[in-house]
Amino acid sequence: MHEWALAESIITAALEAAEKEHLKTITEIKIGMGELQQIEQDIFEFALNEIIKSHGKKLKNVKISIETEESTLKCKICGHTWSFSDMMKKLNEDESEAIHFIPEVAFVHTRCPKCGSPDFEITTGRGVSIISIKGKR
Amino acid sequence: MEARVSVIKKRLKSIKRIISVASGKGGVGKSLVASTLALDLAEKGHKVGLLDLDLYGPSSHIILGVKDVFPEEEKGIIPPKIHGIKFMSIVYFTEDKPSAFRGIDITNIIIELLAITQWGPLDYLIIDMPPGIGDETLDVIRFIKKSEFLVVATPSKVAMGAVSKLLKILKELKIPIIGVLENMKMTESSIIEDTVAEMGIPFIGSIFFDKNLEDAIGDGDLLLKTKFMEELDDNLKKTNL
Repeated sequence: MHEWALAESIITAALEAAEKEHLKTITEIKIGMGELQQIEQDIFEFALNEIIKSHGKKLKNVKISIETEESTLKCKICGHTWSFSDMMKKLNEDESEAIHFIPEVAFVHTRCPKCGSPDFEITTGRGVSIISIKGKR
Repeated sequence: MEARVSVIKKRLKSIKRIISVASGKGGVGKSLVASTLALDLAEKGHKVGLLDLDLYGPSSHIILGVKDVFPEEEKGIIPPKIHGIKFMSIVYFTEDKPSAFRGIDITNIIIELLAITQWGPLDYLIIDMPPGIGDETLDVIRFIKKSEFLVVATPSKVAMGAVSKLLKILKELKIPIIGVLENMKMTESSIIEDTVAEMGIPFIGSIFFDKNLEDAIGDGDLLLKTKFMEELDDNLKKTNL
């Protein structure tokens, strides 16, 4: 469950941002999750809740929302674009698991479905981000 | 706001010293120095981790003979222990296939590896760096504030041209440099010693070319018995490692 490590990064980043903005409590965190991360949402939410519990007052009534951003890929050679779900159809279990841990190994295990190039880019849907935070001073 | 970066400091909190083994030039023996340095420190009873950040051409796993292991998943990923060293590399996830990455992908891989790897308490984390002063070097400087650099060079004008550039940028950024280690020495030459003396950087010493070293690659026990290892250990006595 490396979801725990990512959940911890969200809470750490939120607390840092709250500190900077002099927020006494955080009331809302909006999370952006790249589809490529292949997070198990229920495990991720469980981890978030457990970590929140250990932080006492500052995060006591925080509302969390998670927006998954669809991953799209674009070939730098032929310009073809394709989706994460197209990509996943061609992967075996081990390759898929590797991408779950380190999303960018997609460049190792897949190719452009049109021209076969490994030189493509992830145009949307990677990384773990905080879209917005609300709180009280 | 990318969230993973925030947790990196926490992941590295229980590590006493982080040593990046780097060079401006490829093929000078960085991976060998990084792997054997990790072996040497582990042999002396220290808690040691080794992170291979050469993402295009990882080779520490070949040097240490790492096979058929995968990190354990526990609130992140826990590196498997190889010869007493907690070892993390991209190879667990690439099946050793060719890895063609562009800069932004390199940075994202480094962020992910640093954010999810649970090293636990360590005396030393050794980082095997790729050659040059590209994304990986810049990202180590950006994300691993407490990293010190141990620079490897070979006695050649060509190698020193590139190594000097790395040394200059580290100096400009006031990054701690443990010193420069000369590797694959074959004849008497003071090119490295003279160059680093002019820059005010410590010269650690030399390791002579060891023609029997290749036979020990892939076997940690054999590596510990090589002339290379003996000379590396002697040189380390001149440092605070």
